[in-house]
Amino acid sequence: MQRARLTKVIVLAAAGAISLSACAARTDSGSGGDSGAPQAAAPSAAANAADPAGDGKAQCSPVSIAYAGTINGANAALGQNILKGAKLAVDQHNKANPGCQVKLEQFDTEGTPDKAPGIVTQIANTQNIIGVIGLPFSGESKAAGNIFNSAGLVAVSPSATNPSLAQNGWKTFFRALGNDNTQGPAAAKFITDELKASKVCVIEDDSEYGTGLAASITKALGAKATCQDKVKTKQTDFSAVVNKIKGEKPDAVFYSGYYQEAAPFAQQLNDAGVAAKFVGPDGVKDDQFVKGAGDAAATSYFTCPCVPADQFTKFTDAYKAATGTDPGTYSPEAYDVATILVKGIDAGKKDRAGLLDFVKNYDGQGITKHFKWDAHGELAATTVWTYKVENGKIVRNTEIK
Amino acid sequence: MSMTHDLSSLVLAQGGSDWITFDVDSFLNQFWDNTIDGLSYGSIYALVALGYTLVYGVLKLINFAHSEVFIYGAYATWFTFYGLGFRPGATPDLPLLPLIGFLLLALVAAMAVSGGTAVALERVAYRPLRKRGAPRLVFLITAIGASFVLQQILFIWRGGNPENSIRLLRNDEVFTIFGGSVTIVTIITVVASILLMVGADIFVNRTKFGRGIRAVAQDPDTATLMGVNKERVVTLTFLIGGLLAGAAALFYMMKIPQGASYQGGFILGIKAFTAAVLGGIGNLRGALLGGLLLGVVENYGQSLFGGAWRDVVAFALLVLILMFRPTGILGESLGKARV
Repeated sequence: MQRARLTKVIVLAAAGAISLSACAARTDSGSGGDSGAPQAAAPSAAANAADPAGDGKAQCSPVSIAYAGTINGANAALGQNILKGAKLAVDQHNKANPGCQVKLEQFDTEGTPDKAPGIVTQIANTQNIIGVIGLPFSGESKAAGNIFNSAGLVAVSPSATNPSLAQNGWKTFFRALGNDNTQGPAAAKFITDELKASKVCVIEDDSEYGTGLAASITKALGAKATCQDKVKTKQTDFSAVVNKIKGEKPDAVFYSGYYQEAAPFAQQLNDAGVAAKFVGPDGVKDDQFVKGAGDAAATSYFTCPCVPADQFTKFTDAYKAATGTDPGTYSPEAYDVATILVKGIDAGKKDRAGLLDFVKNYDGQGITKHFKWDAHGELAATTVWTYKVENGKIVRNTEIK
Repeated sequence: MSMTHDLSSLVLAQGGSDWITFDVDSFLNQFWDNTIDGLSYGSIYALVALGYTLVYGVLKLINFAHSEVFIYGAYATWFTFYGLGFRPGATPDLPLLPLIGFLLLALVAAMAVSGGTAVALERVAYRPLRKRGAPRLVFLITAIGASFVLQQILFIWRGGNPENSIRLLRNDEVFTIFGGSVTIVTIITVVASILLMVGADIFVNRTKFGRGIRAVAQDPDTATLMGVNKERVVTLTFLIGGLLAGAAALFYMMKIPQGASYQGGFILGIKAFTAAVLGGIGNLRGALLGGLLLGVVENYGQSLFGGAWRDVVAFALLVLILMFRPTGILGESLGKARV
């Protein structure tokens, strides 16, 4: 109860901060002209996308699903986007189906590999939880994936992209997006083809996600990756790395990590007069980055295996009505994942084995994409989009094909 | 991060992303840039280190909650900027006089909040223990506990995200030394830190209050017999440490506007404590020397070996120096009589 209230307060504070920043004194208009291609049209939701409401006649015994991931820890905004997306699907389902009330429980892993295993063990020991939305980050997924596997508890991540996660033989691991073996080359293609960069510095943090993605993009960039360096989680002073980049004079800097470090890093690069374009992956693509990076945000780009939600009007309107904010990165993916889990419960699955089997054999359309997993828990069809900053907001740019 | 992981990435390294590099070129090319940035960050270490050193000198207590005293100052800075009507986003162009006025206001606010936090901490956490004559270990555990309490108060109040960056002054280059760029924030930080530290040094070594501090540091019982009010000296010591940490917080926030985060003081606090030990804990000038040295060496290490080596280099330096000079570079001095 305490936690729920705390979350509410934080959400309200975040909403307040957003509305305040909207009337900030001076916001540079974006740099739309810099990118080669014009803004691509946002995809619209498929007519046959699964609707969590279903037919409204579902009957089930009361069971729970859980969100596990960062709620209040580091990079909390990324987790809250997911939690709110999932909650929307469950609420819509429960409202439409009086005969089947699914409870969404929330567990805060604080996004760290050292906290997640304890929390996940707790979830695994809670027998009425039969499915999990999470974990959002790759590092915690690696640390806790085996616990889900031993418990036979299906865990669908809406956002963990480290490629090796699918290679552990976990029968319970699924993800609702492409992995970084797709994002890395796609980001390399965007940086070289659209941003026309021939010298790129790849800077990675010390997370599972950051190092994996950096290896993937560095390989794809080949000779164009002219400098590399590493930073640490929670680092705030980047002067040594900035000085190194200043000496290299690259055309673009790719930061492989999360927004909490990316914001001060981008600002310090900008202050030092580094003219290179700043590109960050999905872990950086959040309003918190835009607000944190100050002047540097206006010239930043993002790559993300997430689909822009602009045209999913039914979803975005409901999301706005429920939370008061626009959907964030991976909110639609989380909505899709939660929808699949409640569909399983509606279909009569009432234990972990049943729901795991349902997800494994699932074959259906969601709002973001078609969901059908292979034996490793990877999707067949995945897309990577680029985003940019315009008038202080993150907007879609192009789809990398 | 196991050793095998490191070795495998060495073997698999492609295009230079090795686990360790010996990048002599960039070390030499960016030597002055790194020196200047290191001195600037090192001044912040030094100011915070003074708080550790003073309290240790007087009470033989390592006040682990001092990093939170610092971060409360960072929040005070942020709220001052916010209260003055500034919002996250592009940096405003302020005329010189209002800018100086606003920064001074933030300085006063940060020093007041940090100083107040330090004194309150002493009253609530340490004084009751002292009255009961608790053993030293109890103080240490209390310090760690107080650090968590102060941190969690911020977390419950403001949440896990850092406050969004607000700054009044772009960190632009003013001039260069041997090609190394010197920015406006660097100038303010280094000059103001040195002035504050000289002030603290004069206060402790030349004034009546300072004599009280030194007397208690040397021999608390005799000092009490000679009419020194020990409790007042302790409060004063925490106050000075807090005021300096508050000033450090403003400079830190000017350098890193995203710095107001509930855990944001932790690593900086550990580094500042390292700086204090490096220079000789209990020694004011040692804290200055230790802070500057640590700031510079960290940058050299990153430039030479790669960014991941920042902390390794910092603590390897500490171990090396303690091996040859167990009491730090300048030795413990606050507790020693000076002729």
